[in-house]
Amino acid sequence: MSDHMQVRADHDIAPGDEEQHNVGQRILGYVVGLGLALLLTATSFFIAGTDLVWQPSIPVALIVLAIAQMGVHLVFFLHITTGPDNTNNVLALAFGLLVVFLVVGGSVWIMGHLNQNMLPMDQIMQMHR
Amino acid sequence: MSMTATAGRGHSDPHHIGLVIEHPGPAPKRTVTAYGFWVFLLSDIVMFSCFFAAHAVLADQTAGGPKGSEIFEQRNVAIETVCLLLSSFTCGMASIAADVRNRFWFYLGMTVTCVLGMIFLAIEFREFADLVARGYGPSRSAFLTSFFSLVGCHGLHVSAGVLWLLTMMAQVFAKGFRADVLRRMMCFALFWHALDIVWVGVFSVVYLLGSGA
Repeated sequence: MSDHMQVRADHDIAPGDEEQHNVGQRILGYVVGLGLALLLTATSFFIAGTDLVWQPSIPVALIVLAIAQMGVHLVFFLHITTGPDNTNNVLALAFGLLVVFLVVGGSVWIMGHLNQNMLPMDQIMQMHR
Repeated sequence: MSMTATAGRGHSDPHHIGLVIEHPGPAPKRTVTAYGFWVFLLSDIVMFSCFFAAHAVLADQTAGGPKGSEIFEQRNVAIETVCLLLSSFTCGMASIAADVRNRFWFYLGMTVTCVLGMIFLAIEFREFADLVARGYGPSRSAFLTSFFSLVGCHGLHVSAGVLWLLTMMAQVFAKGFRADVLRRMMCFALFWHALDIVWVGVFSVVYLLGSGA
């Protein structure tokens, strides 16, 4: 336990900072990230315009690709990892994501139901007459 | 006090019974600063998520005006996306150069980042001006209001980022790679990468999903 504490003590690292400080490895990380991000971006633009795939699957595919690319950016550009030195950063990120999903998911969910349950606009106009 | 005492009689305590684990103390300033900025960035992303939510709800409320598929040009969006992605990469190169205190590569990386960011802004500004000239300004429909506010908010962030970038170049020029300048540089890199993440959401949800529907 004490060993573990000793190892962790001076190793909390800042978001954006990396553990290794070898310049070559750091550049390689960015190159890999750029390659993956370009690949995912190209796939997104291709999927959006193609009729090769089942059409209703396109929105889902686009959202999955976007989330994957955000993950690539987080790991390779912002250096958010699952390492023990990154716990604080990951926890902050997790809380941020929770709020994001509550806001976006909640709005879409509630407003979708409101739209469904509302009278069509012309009937509302008639009721006011 | 007790720590030094413990360390002092280490040789008379072979089993380390009196060993006090040295408390690490506060984290280095670099970590604290970057963590605070990381929390700010997450709150910024939460703010963007509100604009995204508004856009998702209002995307179909075109009030007889144009739909997304009628006004979006995918070629422009692709160029903007590549610009921002490459600028994220060059920003990473500049921050590595700053860490190893190499002025030439730092200025080169920052200049390329700045140029790519300005190309992005120019394309976006032209798109907005074109839409307004055709009568499709933000007051035309709820869809256009949400579109202009979401994309415009991201554009404002990029503009602020470009100003910050120039400030960082000036600071390195005037003050060199001091510790405080390096901390600001790290925060700038975080900011720029986060903007790219937001843009991934924008081009996927607003432009690609919007032109499909």
